[in-house]
Amino acid sequence: MAKSSSSDAQALIRSLRSAYAATPTKLKIIDLYVVYAITTAVIQIVYMGIVGSFPFNSFLSGILSCVGTAVLAVCLRIQVNKENKEFKDLSPERAFADFVLCNLVLHLVIMNFLG
Amino acid sequence: MLQPLNLNRIHRWGLQSPPASHRLLPCLIQPSMADPSEAKGEGSLRKAFGGVLGVFILLLIGTLAFSIRLFSVIKYESVIHEFDPYFNYRVTQFLTKNGIYDFWNWFDDRTWYPLGRVIGGTVYPGLTLTAGSIWWLLNNLNIPLSVETVCVFTAPIFSANAAWATYLLTKAPPSHQFEVKGTGAGLTAAALLAMVPSYISRSVAGSYDNEAVAIFALIFTFYLYIKTLNTGSLFYATLNALSYFYMVCSWGGYTFIINLIPMHVLLCIVTGRYSSRLYIAYAPLVVLGTLLASLVPVVGFNAVMTSEHFASFLVKCQEVFIILHVVALVYYIKGILSPKMFKVAMTLVVTIGIAVCSAVLAILIALVASSPTKGWSGRSLSLLDPTYASKYIPIIASVSEHQPPTWPSYFMDINVLAFLVPAGIVACFLPLSDASSFVILYIATSVYFSGVMVRLMLVLAPAACIMSGIALSEAFDAFTRSIKFQLPKLFEASPSDAGDTNRGTQDEPTKVDNNTPTEKTETTAKERPSEKHRKKEKKKLEKGKEIKEKGKENTDKVSNKPLNAKKLLVLPLEASAVAILLLLILGAFYVVHCVWAAAEAYSAPSIVLTSHSHDGLHVFDDFREAYAWLKHNTDVDDKVASWWDYGYQTTAMANRTVIVDNNTWNNTHIATVGTAMSSPEKPAWDIFNSLDVKYVLVVFGGLVGYSSDDINKFLWMVRIGGGVFPHIREPDYLRDGQYRIDAHATPTMLNCLMYKLSYYRFVETDGKGFDRVRGTEIGKKHFRLTHFEEVFTTHHWMVRIYKLKSPKNRIRGKSKKKTNPKTTSKINSNKNVKKNPWQ
Repeated sequence: MAKSSSSDAQALIRSLRSAYAATPTKLKIIDLYVVYAITTAVIQIVYMGIVGSFPFNSFLSGILSCVGTAVLAVCLRIQVNKENKEFKDLSPERAFADFVLCNLVLHLVIMNFLG
Repeated sequence: MLQPLNLNRIHRWGLQSPPASHRLLPCLIQPSMADPSEAKGEGSLRKAFGGVLGVFILLLIGTLAFSIRLFSVIKYESVIHEFDPYFNYRVTQFLTKNGIYDFWNWFDDRTWYPLGRVIGGTVYPGLTLTAGSIWWLLNNLNIPLSVETVCVFTAPIFSANAAWATYLLTKAPPSHQFEVKGTGAGLTAAALLAMVPSYISRSVAGSYDNEAVAIFALIFTFYLYIKTLNTGSLFYATLNALSYFYMVCSWGGYTFIINLIPMHVLLCIVTGRYSSRLYIAYAPLVVLGTLLASLVPVVGFNAVMTSEHFASFLVKCQEVFIILHVVALVYYIKGILSPKMFKVAMTLVVTIGIAVCSAVLAILIALVASSPTKGWSGRSLSLLDPTYASKYIPIIASVSEHQPPTWPSYFMDINVLAFLVPAGIVACFLPLSDASSFVILYIATSVYFSGVMVRLMLVLAPAACIMSGIALSEAFDAFTRSIKFQLPKLFEASPSDAGDTNRGTQDEPTKVDNNTPTEKTETTAKERPSEKHRKKEKKKLEKGKEIKEKGKENTDKVSNKPLNAKKLLVLPLEASAVAILLLLILGAFYVVHCVWAAAEAYSAPSIVLTSHSHDGLHVFDDFREAYAWLKHNTDVDDKVASWWDYGYQTTAMANRTVIVDNNTWNNTHIATVGTAMSSPEKPAWDIFNSLDVKYVLVVFGGLVGYSSDDINKFLWMVRIGGGVFPHIREPDYLRDGQYRIDAHATPTMLNCLMYKLSYYRFVETDGKGFDRVRGTEIGKKHFRLTHFEEVFTTHHWMVRIYKLKSPKNRIRGKSKKKTNPKTTSKINSNKNVKKNPWQ
C-alpha cells in the first residue's frame, strides 16, 4: 500500500512538473513573483513569532501587503492567461493597467497603516 | 406571410441581448410593420430615444426621493430631529470650525463627566466627513450655507443617490445572457426605493444620522461587487474595496456586507459555480477591505480579530478567503493534470488535509471556547439569539429600536412590496446566475435580521425594492408583450373580441406544440377577468396578487423553453389590459401610502411637538426652551445631570457638560445616575455632589399628556441601577407587581428623587394633581424638597430643572436655640460628637 502510494506520489509529481513546464514564460514569471511574496509573508510571520506582535498594525500591514500583492498578481495571471475563455476580449494592457492601479491603492493604504 | 415575420420581429426584440448596455424600455413602443432593412436604423433611433427617456426618468426619481423627505421642513422648520443627530451635528460643527486634524484627535471633556470621551476613536466619521466636505465645497464656491442647513439636507440628497445606485444594481444582474432583467426593472426598483417608508423614516430632512449615507454606500458596494462578478475586471474590484471603505466609515452595519459576501462566495463554490471572476471579485476585496477597515479608528483591529485572543484570529471572511484559494488551486491543478493523475492527487491531498485541518480546528475551538462570549460582542449575539439582550444586557434591551418588529410594522414600512417580494424571488431563479443568487441571499438574510430588530428593517428595504422591481417589470413585460403581439392583428382584422385573437394565436405554426397549455391559461385567464369584474369593487389588492401569480406562471412557461424556439405565451387582450390597469392601481396605492407615511408618521422632529385642539394648533417647544434657559442662566462649566436620552441634545443645544449621554458606553456610570434617581433625596444629593453636578433635569409629561417622559422610563432606571448597585431592588417600587404613582404606590416609590422632582408643586396646577399620562391622581401631593431647589419649569411643565442646594454652613459656638440648663449640658456633651450637617 505504501509503495503504491509513494509510486503514485512520484508519478503525480512528475506529471505536475511536465504539465507546469508547458506554461508560457510570462506566466511563470508571475508565478515566481507570487512565490516571492508568499515567502516574504512567511518570513514576517516567523519574525513575529520570535519577537512578538507589537506594534500590531505594522505587522498587519506588512503581512497584508505581501498577501495583497500575491493576490493581485494571481488576478493578473488569470486575466492574462490565454487559455482562459472568459477573458479573451480583455487586452493584456488593460489587465496590467488594472493591476497597477490596484497595487497603487493597496500600497497607499499600507503606507498609511504602517505607522 | 406577414405573421411569421411579426414573430421574428418580436422574437428579436424581446429576447436578444443588445450589444450596448442600454436597453430599450420594454414594450412601451409599438413595433412598426416595416421590413427588416429599415429596422436597424429605427432600432438605433429607438434605442437612443429610450436612453434619453431613461436618463430623464432617473432624474425625476432623484427629485422624487429628495422632495418626499421635505415634509418636516415644510410642516415644522429646518431643524435637526431626535437625539442622535444632535451629536452628529455637534461633531460636524467642531469639524468645520477646527479642521480635520483636531477632529481626528478630539477628546471631548464636556460629556461623560468626569470620564470624557475620545470622539476621534469612537465615532464613525463617514457622515461628518461627508457633510463637512459638502459644506467646505459650497463655502469655497461662495454659497454660504450654514452647517445646520447642510446637515439637515444631507439625508435627502443621499437618498436620491441611493435610488440611482439601486437602479444600477438591479440593472446589472445578468444583462449579457438573458434580457429577463434590465433597465425596466432597474427603474422600477429605483422608483420603489425613492418612496419606501422604511428608508424615509431614517432619512427625512433633519434626520442627520449614519444610516442616511450608509444605505447609499451599502447599495453602491453591492452594485460594484456584482459588476466585478459579471465583468471580472480588477478596476471594479478596486472601486468595490473603496466603496466598502466608505461604508465602514459610515455605519456599524458594515459587518453585514463583510458577512454576506463571503456567504455568497461559499454558496457559489458549493453549488459548483466557481469561476475565475469569483476569485477576482472576492480575493482583492478581502485584502484591501481588511486593510481599509482597520484604518478607521472605531473598527481598528476588530476587522481582523473577533476576540481578545490573537490566535483565534480568523474572522469569517478570512476563512472563506482560505477556502477560496484552496478551491482555486484545485481547479487550476485539475486544468493542467490528466484525470487519472488528478484522482491520485485528490486522494493524497485529502488524507493529509483532513489530518491537518482537524488539528487546527481543535486548537481553534479550544481557544474560542475559553473566552466567555465565544468571541462575539453583545449586540451581535443578540442578533443571533434574540432573547440574549433581555436576559443579560438591560441597556440594549431598553432601546426601543432594538425590539423585534410587529407584523403591522412590515406593512407599514414596506407596504405593497411585502407580497411582491416572493414573486421577485421566483423571477430571480429563472435563470439563476451568480448575481441573482446574491440578491436572493441578500433578501433572505435581511428578512431574518429585520425580524430580530426593528432598526434593521432599513437593511431589508433595498432588497425588497429590488425584488419587487424585478417582479413588477416581469409582469409588465408579459402583459405588454401580449398586447403588442395582438394589437396589430386587431387593427388588421375586424375590430373583434377575444375570440378572434384566440383563433389568431392558434393559427401560429410555431405555437402548435403549445396548444394545450395555451388553451388552459387562456381559459383560466378568461375566467379570471369576469371574476375580477365582479369582485373589483371589493378587494383590489388581492387581485393584484392573483395577477402577479399569473404573470409568474407565464414567465415560468416562457423561460422554460429553449432560447431559439421561444414561444410566446400570449394572454387574451382584455386580460392583459385589465391586468396592467390593476398593476397601475397597485402602484397608486403604494404611492399614496408612502406619501401619507412620510407626511404623518415619519416627519416629526420630536424636539418640537404639536397637537391639534379645538382652538387651533398648539406647539410645544419646551425642550428648546429649557436648553436655551440653561445656556443663558448657568455657568459654562456647570454640570447637568439627566437621564441619558437627553445627553446629546444638552451638549449640542445648551452647551453644558453632561454626566451620561446617548452613547451609553459606560454602563456603571449610567447605573450611578439611575441609582441617584431612584434613591431618596439625601443619598441622591450625595451621589450627585460626588459627581460635581450642579443642575438636574427631568422630563415630565403629566400636565400635557406627553408619554415619553422620565416617569415612564423610570423602571428602566431602576433596572439598570439595580444591575450594578444591588440595594436598588425593582420589587420595592412595584405594588403587587404593578407600577403605580398614585396613593397605592410603595413608600420607596413615593420618596424617590424622580417622583419628587417630577411632581413637586404639581398639585398647584389643578388642585388635585391629576397626571394625564398615568391617568390617576398622584400619591404624595404636598411635600417639600430639602436638598434641591427648583430653578426652572418650562411653559407646559415638560422640562423641569433643579439646582443642588449647597450644604449648610457649619455653626461653631453656641447653638441657635435657647434652652434650659438641663438640656444645655446635654447639648454641650453632644458637641464633642461630630454632627451630621444634614440631619
